[in-house]
Amino acid sequence: MPRTNPLHLANLLALAAIAFIGPAALSAPPINYEVPPETAAFKPGPNLDVVVNNCTACHSADYIATQPRGPKFKQEFWRAEVDKMIKVYGAPIVEADVPKIVEYLATTY
Amino acid sequence: MLDRREIVKRACLAALGAALPWSRAVALDENSVTLPFDNGERRLVKYPQKRPMIGLTSRPPQLETPFSVLNDGAITPNSAFFVRYHLADIPYQLDRDRFTLKVKGKVERPLQLSLKEIRKLPAVELVAINQCSGNSRGFFEPRVAGGQLGNGAMGNARWRGVPLKTMLDMAGVRAGARQITLDGMDKPVMDATPDFVKSLDIDHARDGEVMLAYGMNGEDLPFLNGFPLRLVVPGYYGTYWVKHLDEITVIDNEFDGFWMKTAYRIPDSPCGCVEPGTAPKATIPINRFTVRSFITSVTNDARLEAGKTTKLKGIAFDGGRGIKEVAVSTDDGRNWTPAKLGEDLGKYSFRQWTLPVKLGAGTHDLRVRATNNSGETQPMQPTWNPAGYLRNVVETVRVTAA
Repeated sequence: MPRTNPLHLANLLALAAIAFIGPAALSAPPINYEVPPETAAFKPGPNLDVVVNNCTACHSADYIATQPRGPKFKQEFWRAEVDKMIKVYGAPIVEADVPKIVEYLATTY
Repeated sequence: MLDRREIVKRACLAALGAALPWSRAVALDENSVTLPFDNGERRLVKYPQKRPMIGLTSRPPQLETPFSVLNDGAITPNSAFFVRYHLADIPYQLDRDRFTLKVKGKVERPLQLSLKEIRKLPAVELVAINQCSGNSRGFFEPRVAGGQLGNGAMGNARWRGVPLKTMLDMAGVRAGARQITLDGMDKPVMDATPDFVKSLDIDHARDGEVMLAYGMNGEDLPFLNGFPLRLVVPGYYGTYWVKHLDEITVIDNEFDGFWMKTAYRIPDSPCGCVEPGTAPKATIPINRFTVRSFITSVTNDARLEAGKTTKLKGIAFDGGRGIKEVAVSTDDGRNWTPAKLGEDLGKYSFRQWTLPVKLGAGTHDLRVRATNNSGETQPMQPTWNPAGYLRNVVETVRVTAA
């Protein structure tokens, strides 16, 4: 593998700087804002595939993982959240998937 | 081992970092923090233009300011300013040269202005706090659904831009106009999801203080804080501060979109609260900040030296009347000592305060309470509402002197 010639590298850098900064004075390049890779994932649990298919198009899994926990935040709580996703946010979740998603959420989080 | 092309690429990226600050993204896997409520473990995440922030959600991104930053000064650095989105189709590929702001609807002369044209208009500056409606939601008891935030979904910045009044006067608001709607470039993923559109009454929109901001603390807005243009609504919760704002419509009716009519509502009562766990009979749109104050220089479980003077420091703010007094109690709220207020950066700004205290050996609950120029203050017991908004209980920091 060839070693990098420092001089060559410096030239390349200078060229790159001209190529980028030159036009920038006339018109700025479009923003290409890069968010970090999404690392949040759904925990293993029943009906995980149904959950992934229905929930991940619009938001990451941490929306669920950070919600309050405990006995008051089980079936009823998650049923209300799934209903909100359907009725308020227009999530195209078929009726048969609703209890599966609620079961996953109530038993996994 | 890196090959030559990769080395050159990396070197170029590093060299260009200043010109393209949003082009590098790093995730800090090993760093995390625990907010002081159940299920409060959060990762510290690194986004372009931002220092490590408390990650609430990643898509769309929601980032909380580490609370210690708020001890550093009255102005919150852009790199630490909190981020809140609702919808995940975000204009990451935005072209600032093609960006236009439209002003339309019930106006004499519909406008379409480029960023350059907007920047040529007479500019104003204003220091104002932006606070998320759900700031501190994680402390609600009983807990409520929603973004489980600590106290770091707030920040204070010097905004630069054009008064919205200037823009509306240029367009010529027609008689009979009642409200304006505000729409940004962030969009829902599903067509069926309500687009994030907010409204303000026309008189509010034309009060001369509501601003179309492109500058923040002497720089362009960071991308995640609404680049290239966002609304600044001094004294009002962040939900009105529409980011990536590109469409203003003057209407002659009351806007009934989801994000006004259904979401971001508070109980229609003087305290904006109801009995914990109950539903309000009537609601109104959330509006001005409640009065709040914080001790920022010491945190829970801090150990101080007994018998020695410790200078307590913190911040106070309200919805725009301005802070009249900040008082501190070191004895469970029995006695209160007025703190010294810091520089006045305007009635919409954080007001810093300091107070030297001397504590005897033992555990002490330090409390801070602010009062604004209308005499409004903070409750000793937390109030509650179903959405987890408006939290402003007198905050307590428990320290041990030894």
